[in-house]
Amino acid sequence: MLEVRDLSKSFRGLKAVNGLGFRVEKGTIGALIGPNGAGKTTVFNLITGALRADAGQVLLDGREITGLRPDQACHAGIGRTFQVARPLAELSVEDNVIVGALRATGSVAEARRTARQVLDLLDFGREAAKPAHELTLPDRKRLEVAKALATGPRILLLDEVMAGLRPTETDRMVATFRRLNQETGLTILLIEHVMRAVMALSQSVTVINHGTLIASGTPETVVRDPAVLECYLGQEEDEAAHA
Amino acid sequence: MNAAPPHGPGLAGLPRRALVALAVFVAALVAAPGLVDDYILSVLILGLYFALVGQAWNVMTGFCGQLSLGHALYIGLGAYTAGALFVRFEISPWIGLPVAMVVAGLAGALIGFLSFRFGIRGVYFALLTIAFAEFTRILFDHWGWVGGSSGLYLPVTERTQVDLWSLRGPLWMFYYVILAAVGLAFLICRRLLNAKIGYYWLAIREDQEAAQAMGIDILRYKVLAVAVSAMMTAFGGVFYAFYYNQFYPETIFNIDKSIEILLGVIVGGIGTLFGPILGAFALAGIGEVLIWFQDLVGVRGLKLLTYGVVLMIIILAKPDGLWPWLRPLLGLGRRDRA
Amino acid sequence: MFDLPTFIYVDSLIRGLLQGAVYGMMAIGLSIVFGVMKVVNFAHGEMLILGGYLAFMLYSWFALDPIIAIALIGPLMFAFGAVLQRTLVDKFIDRPQHQQFLLMIGMALVLVNGLDMIFGPDARGAHEVPYAFDSYEVGGIFIDAVRLYKAAAALVMVGFLFWFFKATRTGKAIRAAADNYRGALVVGLNVSRLYAITFGIGAACAGAAGCLLVLDDITPHAGPGFTLLAFTIVIIGGLGSMPGALLGGVLIGVSEAMAGVMFQPSLKSIFSYGLLILVLLFRPAGLMGKRA
Repeated sequence: MLEVRDLSKSFRGLKAVNGLGFRVEKGTIGALIGPNGAGKTTVFNLITGALRADAGQVLLDGREITGLRPDQACHAGIGRTFQVARPLAELSVEDNVIVGALRATGSVAEARRTARQVLDLLDFGREAAKPAHELTLPDRKRLEVAKALATGPRILLLDEVMAGLRPTETDRMVATFRRLNQETGLTILLIEHVMRAVMALSQSVTVINHGTLIASGTPETVVRDPAVLECYLGQEEDEAAHA
Repeated sequence: MNAAPPHGPGLAGLPRRALVALAVFVAALVAAPGLVDDYILSVLILGLYFALVGQAWNVMTGFCGQLSLGHALYIGLGAYTAGALFVRFEISPWIGLPVAMVVAGLAGALIGFLSFRFGIRGVYFALLTIAFAEFTRILFDHWGWVGGSSGLYLPVTERTQVDLWSLRGPLWMFYYVILAAVGLAFLICRRLLNAKIGYYWLAIREDQEAAQAMGIDILRYKVLAVAVSAMMTAFGGVFYAFYYNQFYPETIFNIDKSIEILLGVIVGGIGTLFGPILGAFALAGIGEVLIWFQDLVGVRGLKLLTYGVVLMIIILAKPDGLWPWLRPLLGLGRRDRA
Repeated sequence: MFDLPTFIYVDSLIRGLLQGAVYGMMAIGLSIVFGVMKVVNFAHGEMLILGGYLAFMLYSWFALDPIIAIALIGPLMFAFGAVLQRTLVDKFIDRPQHQQFLLMIGMALVLVNGLDMIFGPDARGAHEVPYAFDSYEVGGIFIDAVRLYKAAAALVMVGFLFWFFKATRTGKAIRAAADNYRGALVVGLNVSRLYAITFGIGAACAGAAGCLLVLDDITPHAGPGFTLLAFTIVIIGGLGSMPGALLGGVLIGVSEAMAGVMFQPSLKSIFSYGLLILVLLFRPAGLMGKRA
């Protein structure tokens, strides 16, 4: 469903993403992992149109979406969450999700119905009237997901949604995503550091470092790949050497 | 800026007490010309005028979050368009009104498009709005066809006959016109806020990038906000022209006018539905008291000085304005969209 | 419009340059405040007028030359600005930018109308300084002594400001805080003190410019006009850039003078605003500013 080909992006001469290519098959959950600073969020930004790629292509269901604005990418079927949650602070939780749902309809009443469904799906209904700025961190993350989900995406891009969550909350999120994927066939691509979530959820894993592809495959194979271990351990070695 | 989270269909969201109070208030306003003297009536007209243009400004700045400090531009364009059509071609203000609104709307759309297309935001955008207003002021100062720096004068007739078509008539005629306009503006704002466009504007105000990621074409909606706001403001400009019957570029496009418009909205509650109306009346009332005092003591500038102090106090202590603070005190609950 | 004798143009050019020096000095204050603190001082023009009226009072009571009065009024305005920053403006560091904007608009209203209440709306000026009617002749062109001294005073102050920001520790600390707020905090700079100083400098520049302008005329209601002028200059020259502010000031000074002569005096500002619009749209960083 989602295909990235030869994607490259430089910032002031520094190559953040370097000829990257990977795929996420329709109806599966894929993960994009790598050490800090590997360029994962940059890849997301390139896919969603928040950044303009220097080279390469992004294809959604065979259709090229490289260079589209973020709102156009959203209409094409990309839903995304932000690493640091960006709620519409003064609006209620429900209104936040209604905004997302309005992508697909002009009727507020219909958007409200969709929003309620999404909130129920995420077990968030009780907080519907709460102003977004009063939410706790885990709830903000849930709201991020709800907003993106309400836009009716074909693929959901989750940027470190588990970061900062306690294990019970993480498990709950994992269960929700698995359910979403199984019940609705929603394709998901996650950026994650929390390995337990990656292992539990994803069917394919892509590992990048310094913007370049290191390995890709099933979680089990990737975890044993020496190149992958090298890039994580190598980072530890660097840190030890500079200590 | 305060939220005006839209919620629920119609006014049914308000408790009965509030609806009754509102009905009484509206009834009082409708009956006013029979109840008060001409002086008070003129103060009410002033309050209503600022309630109208305040609501208009609120659409762009309060709902959509784009600070405009050059709104006098649209008042001036409204006044000059309808005024010139009347003076030169004897065209009724009711025909001049839609023309004026189109002119202002186009000006707003142009300014919005140019600015937002180039990614101008925040402070820079506010300064740009000032620059456009000032530029237009000087332009009109040198445009002979509309009177140049001497301004435009509308022929004044005896104010006893009611000539609604030409907006010539007694005070109460103007009162009802502006009252209807304010009511209409209120209904329009409520409608907008409860519709997709309103939700999108609020989203843009809260977080432009997040809004974009949810599929909102921010350029389009921001330009729309400016255009709608400009059109509503132009209505006020047309009223101004026919009520005061004379105006000059120096005053009508002046930045003082732009600031006047926003004072009531900030005091009342930016981003809310009732705030601009509340603030406009509050300031009009206080203003009259101050003017009376000024004349008594023989001191100029007291009214505006007080406005300045009030503005600073409100911004410091209650930046969301008085209405969001009053609302819970009146038992209306905090989530009411108005 | 081009059939005036050359010396009129040269005369205008010189007048524009001299006036531009004063404008530039006034604008530097605004530019620094925005560059360092990201604060938009919408009351800058009003502070200018305040300084002017203070100078006017000293001139009326003690026949003190306004240019000399800068030595007193500069520090006074500095203190005023620093205190204002500490008590009011500082509270808005973390607030949305438009709120701080509106605060200063309120302040501007208070200043303009306060001065109107005290001095009345008519123009006041220090017109009877000893050199009021002197002029120097340079190659057939006559240059007013008043204009010349104003420009000289302005340039001296500009020089002082450049030295302050380049060579003194406080000045360098302020520049550091401007470039990197968090970094400055981490390194242990007392940023609130630096902010107060910066705002004070801004107010002092405005006040000093007012002292110079009172040699012509001032009225309370000229305040907003000067604020707009300062903003125009600063944006064209580049927010946060001192050379930019000076360059912008000179550009505006010259364009106003030339436009006044070539077209009509009343049209002089239209070029400034036109240029402002173009700069804001196409190069908001200004001629010499850093790209935001």
